Amino acid sequence: MATSAAAKAGQTGKRIEVSIKKAIGPGDDKVHTWPHLVRAEFICALLVLFGMIVWALMLDAPLEEPANTSRTPNPSKAPWYFLGLQEMLVFFDPWHAGVVLPSFIIIGLMVIPYIDINPKGNGYYCFRDRKWELLTFIFGFHILWVSLIIIGTLLRGPGWNWFWPWEKWDPHRVEALTSVNLPYLLGLRDYFWSAVFGGVLVVIFFVVGTIAMYGWVVWLKGEEFMERWGMTRFFITSFLFLNMVAVLIKMLMRHMFNIKYVMETPWINI
Amino acid sequence: MSWWTDVKQQITESPVWQSIFRHGYDDTPRNRILMVSGNVWLHLHPSKVRRHATRMRFTWCMGGITFLMFLITVVTGVYLMFYYRPVAQYAYADMKYLEFDMPFGMLMRNMHRWAAHGMVIAVWLHMFRVFLTGSYKPPREFNWVVGVILLVLTLLLSFTGYLLPWDQLAIWAVTVGSNMGRATPLLGHEGPFAEFVGVNALYDVRAFLFGGGEVGPHTLLRFYILHCVFIPLVTSLFLAVHFWRIRRDGFSGPAL
Ligand code: HEM
Repeated sequence: MATSAAAKAGQTGKRIEVSIKKAIGPGDDKVHTWPHLVRAEFICALLVLFGMIVWALMLDAPLEEPANTSRTPNPSKAPWYFLGLQEMLVFFDPWHAGVVLPSFIIIGLMVIPYIDINPKGNGYYCFRDRKWELLTFIFGFHILWVSLIIIGTLLRGPGWNWFWPWEKWDPHRVEALTSVNLPYLLGLRDYFWSAVFGGVLVVIFFVVGTIAMYGWVVWLKGEEFMERWGMTRFFITSFLFLNMVAVLIKMLMRHMFNIKYVMETPWINI
Repeated sequence: MSWWTDVKQQITESPVWQSIFRHGYDDTPRNRILMVSGNVWLHLHPSKVRRHATRMRFTWCMGGITFLMFLITVVTGVYLMFYYRPVAQYAYADMKYLEFDMPFGMLMRNMHRWAAHGMVIAVWLHMFRVFLTGSYKPPREFNWVVGVILLVLTLLLSFTGYLLPWDQLAIWAVTVGSNMGRATPLLGHEGPFAEFVGVNALYDVRAFLFGGGEVGPHTLLRFYILHCVFIPLVTSLFLAVHFWRIRRDGFSGPAL
């Protein structure tokens, strides 16, 4: 209660300050929308339209043979903006890559304004005031999303095998499917105990990850920040963040150690 | 040239002219404000904005470009609709007809296609800009959420349009892209726990979206209606909210 009252008082204080500034004048840097903004928009629109027309004159939209449900092309690719998700299918089962991860991405984007309580950096470009926010966003957007789209678009050929741009797309290339599950790699042979072991690993990842993140945030920002941030915000943030990190870990495990699943059960695999 | 001035005066002072145009082009502060507030399109803007908000290097103009791409697809899309029938027998032939026989058909189709791609790219860059300037911080939290919804709608618009040419690219991209539907836990027939719920290939979320077990003629009609009517309408509603909120919340900028 006390904190929210204080916050309110702070807000009112700010409002009064702003209105005083408005009253005394030089704080206002406004210009007329006509012509200043309308002119910029108009010129921008003209240039973009011109660019679009040139693009449309030079490059034709693709049209392949008529649809044929009995002839599946190899590879079949989703539209390019979904190829990051299709690439995820290499590392996760369809329910995970196609349903859970996109939902987390959308929810994660939506909660950003509510979990970020840093008042600095509102309305201007800066790096130092919001280092961690920026690094997280750039990691998620540029490293995970955009680079996976580039891989899916340019480097995946028939059979969703990896082809460098200078390699010919050979539909008969055989890649040995040698990937194994983590429990198997560690010597477990029993289905039941493998599943238990994998499940425990997943739980441990989230528990230890959450604790580590708690410690990290306190170390970085101090107890006082953690109190202001609150447990709800902390848990939402750490859960989403750990999921993002898990994607990277799973990708590295697959590419470096050929590990398929951490946990395998008859219903879901992770 | 005095006759010209005369004629001009006669026209601009006629009751008809004055009933349409409320004010002239005089460069006075009052008129500058009327230009914006008296015009239904321009009054999406406030009549005065902070100086930095007019700068390309602040906004990258990306929200505006996204909206422009949307408008381009609306205009070219209407043109395409005149010639295109969402029926499996005709759709592909209509594409060929449009490309080879219709005046400006190929140009309109290309513009529509590339503007759709452009919109996806522009909306990502717009989101990135809004993130970099921290413009989602109070009081603009909710408009960011509206933005995320618009982002999803943009992708859905593009995706549903992908099917309409009814060529190999179209049906297979849509098949692959919507396989996630069939993998949805509980709701899809290949998802986890499907056997407990009793969904099957002809009766799950993907079948609901497709109007059948796989991409077929019924899917074409569904995607056509989603693409040309439903999603554009919903997008327009959210765009209205988005623009309204930008005005209500005020444009972001450094503290004065
Ligand atoms: C169809 C998609 C969209 C359109 C047409 C659109 C359009 C616009 C326009 C014209 C502006 C004015 C400033 C500018 O041009 O940058 C704006 C501002 C804004 N947009 Fe969007 N937008 C879209 C999607 C999004 C998305 C995906 C987000 C974020 C996830 C978003 C969040 C915002 C916010 C928070 C502002 C206020 C910026 C400020 O005050 O600095 N919008 N939008």
